[in-house]
Amino acid sequence: MSPAHYVFLAVILFVIGAVGVLVRRNAILIFMSVELMLNACNLAFVAFARMHGNLDGQVVAFFVMVVAAAEVVVGLAILMAIYRARKSASVDDASLLKY
Amino acid sequence: MTSLAATGVFRASWLLLAFPAFGAAVLLIGGRFTDKWGHLLGVLMSLASFVYGLIAFFALLGKTGAGRSQDLHMFSWIPVNGFQANIGVLIDPLSISFVLLITGVGSLILIYAVAYMAHDPARRRFFAYLNLFITAMLLLVVSDNYLGLYVGWEGVGLASYLLIGFWQFKPTAAVAAKKAFIANRVGDVGLSLAIMLMFAEFGTFNFSGVFDNAKSGGTGITTALGLLLLLGACGKSAQVPLQSWLLDAMEGPTPVSALIHAATMVTAGVYLIVRSNPIFNDSPTAQLAVTVVGAVTLLFGAIIGCAKDDFKKALAGSTMSQIGYMTLAAGLGPAGYVFAIAHLLAHGFFKAGLFLGAGSVLHGMDDEVNMRRYGGLRKFLPVTFVTFGLGYLAIIGIPPFSGFFTKDGIIDAAWDKGGTSGYILATCAIIGAGVTAFYMTRVMLMTWFGTPRWQQEGVLGGAGANPPYTEPHIPHPHESPATMTVPLILLAVGSVVAGWFLIVDARFSNFLAPVVGVPPTMHGIWSTPGIIALVLAVLGIGLAWTMYGRVPVPFTAPRGSVLTRAARADLYGDAFNESVLMRPGQWLTRLSVFFDSRGVDGLVNGLAATIGGTSGRVRRIQNGFVRSYALSMVFGAVLLVALLLAVRL
Repeated sequence: MSPAHYVFLAVILFVIGAVGVLVRRNAILIFMSVELMLNACNLAFVAFARMHGNLDGQVVAFFVMVVAAAEVVVGLAILMAIYRARKSASVDDASLLKY
Repeated sequence: MTSLAATGVFRASWLLLAFPAFGAAVLLIGGRFTDKWGHLLGVLMSLASFVYGLIAFFALLGKTGAGRSQDLHMFSWIPVNGFQANIGVLIDPLSISFVLLITGVGSLILIYAVAYMAHDPARRRFFAYLNLFITAMLLLVVSDNYLGLYVGWEGVGLASYLLIGFWQFKPTAAVAAKKAFIANRVGDVGLSLAIMLMFAEFGTFNFSGVFDNAKSGGTGITTALGLLLLLGACGKSAQVPLQSWLLDAMEGPTPVSALIHAATMVTAGVYLIVRSNPIFNDSPTAQLAVTVVGAVTLLFGAIIGCAKDDFKKALAGSTMSQIGYMTLAAGLGPAGYVFAIAHLLAHGFFKAGLFLGAGSVLHGMDDEVNMRRYGGLRKFLPVTFVTFGLGYLAIIGIPPFSGFFTKDGIIDAAWDKGGTSGYILATCAIIGAGVTAFYMTRVMLMTWFGTPRWQQEGVLGGAGANPPYTEPHIPHPHESPATMTVPLILLAVGSVVAGWFLIVDARFSNFLAPVVGVPPTMHGIWSTPGIIALVLAVLGIGLAWTMYGRVPVPFTAPRGSVLTRAARADLYGDAFNESVLMRPGQWLTRLSVFFDSRGVDGLVNGLAATIGGTSGRVRRIQNGFVRSYALSMVFGAVLLVALLLAVRL
């Protein structure tokens, strides 16, 4: 199992996440897809750290986890507010901010 | 000639301007509080100027040499380094002649107007404007520099505008006033350009400074100055090609026609040329242009005068023609200057007398101006008839009345010029004398002789009637009151003796010699061209009698020949202006407007519309759907990565 395999896995996971973001309407599921993309990135970072033999990628992976946690907190709070106001978690319903 | 700083009585020469200026200020500012006595103040101020003019005149006669030119420096208007605009009063033989004419004839006309305008509710305003006019006209003739002259020049233009449009409730009067103002403006451009050129070339406006420089300045500059001054003179003096306004100016009250549009203001152009004589003496080209303008105008005006049925317009054509004589004389150099001014003064008397006589007729005929509705008036207005008749004999040049002497001088001077141009000019002047006799006799016969056509047909009235008459009615012609007939009598005396007094023994020639030079040859009273002119005048009288005296004057104007119809239409002067100047001007403005609205505005507005329309479409991308934003981000990212890879590989 060379590190390159992990990179391919990361790419597959990222694409799955990106497609999920694009095709899903439910905000919760979009969140989950975003998390999938983030973790695909983390996997890629760790794999590259291993390939280069230093710890930089691993450190960045920790940062990404922390930022993702904070983002989920804020995002879910907004989502709750929208759901209470509109009785819907569909992102297509929340399209008032436009031209 | 050199001037001396004013001394003695001449130190008070500013009073000349101050009196009428004070009158105008009081009457205009005082408003209707001065209604009761305003006209008296106006007359008094004009008389005061006249009295001062007389004192100054006799004081001037007591001087000799340079003492005959007294220059009073009043104040520096704009003192800037190298630009000294001074206002001063110059009393010399030329200016004092004009001062006496303006204030003397002006006072008589003002006295006349007291009675003539007695029933006009705006009489006070009328006198205020007349005082304003006298101030400006005096400033024009006594200023010792071109800038002061220009201020007076514009001032008389303003007064003329105000007085032509005095009955502004009549649309024709309002339009005539505007026409006069605009036509004068064209001429004024010439004068102002001449003044600018003087300053650019010589650095001064003073008569003495300009004339000293003109002698050494070269012919090019004097020719340019002469032609520009001639343009100014054409505008003010209603000479071809700027003649069209004078006939319409007869819309003003008759005293205005007499004072401004016959005796004084319209002669300002002649004054300008004679005053600028060192410039013209230096430029034969400019002199030739002046004589050509004069000769053309004297025939032009005379032909128009032959066909007009409007009493005042026939006289206005005559004014134009007589000023043509003066301009012609002024273009002949030292041989003609003195006769130009002598004819101007004599004309001031007899033409003012004729116009005031016309006013007296209008007064009796309920403001009817159509001579075809007159006839046989001599029994009803005997005093007016006699004074008008004396003015008539003076203008057609029957000896020993004044026109004979002064017009003869002009014809002789043109004849003496010699060469082809001299004989053509003299021929024009001689033919003009015959035509003058014809149209003036026609006016005489239609007005004073024949059957009283107004008894059958009635009159309609025109001039000051408000509201105008719509139905013909039978007037009750009557002699005017003494305040109107006394000025008429005095002017008639002037028109009888002025020419003889000025010309015989070369009195006026010697008096003016320091300013305008001496005519190279002097003539006796009888000369060959003068006798030819007299014979032609008698023929003109005879022709007019066969057409208007021997046979009754038809009440409606016959269709007439081609020339008659052309003369009725002012020889198509208005048509010419309209088709050559006004229409192309309108096309040009319309083209400019089109180019501005479609071209310039179109470009800018089109650009704005394009940007607005495009952004309206582009903003549709902001559709509010999160997932479409995400898709574009993905595309963007993919594109970026693809580019990076392409660059790397």
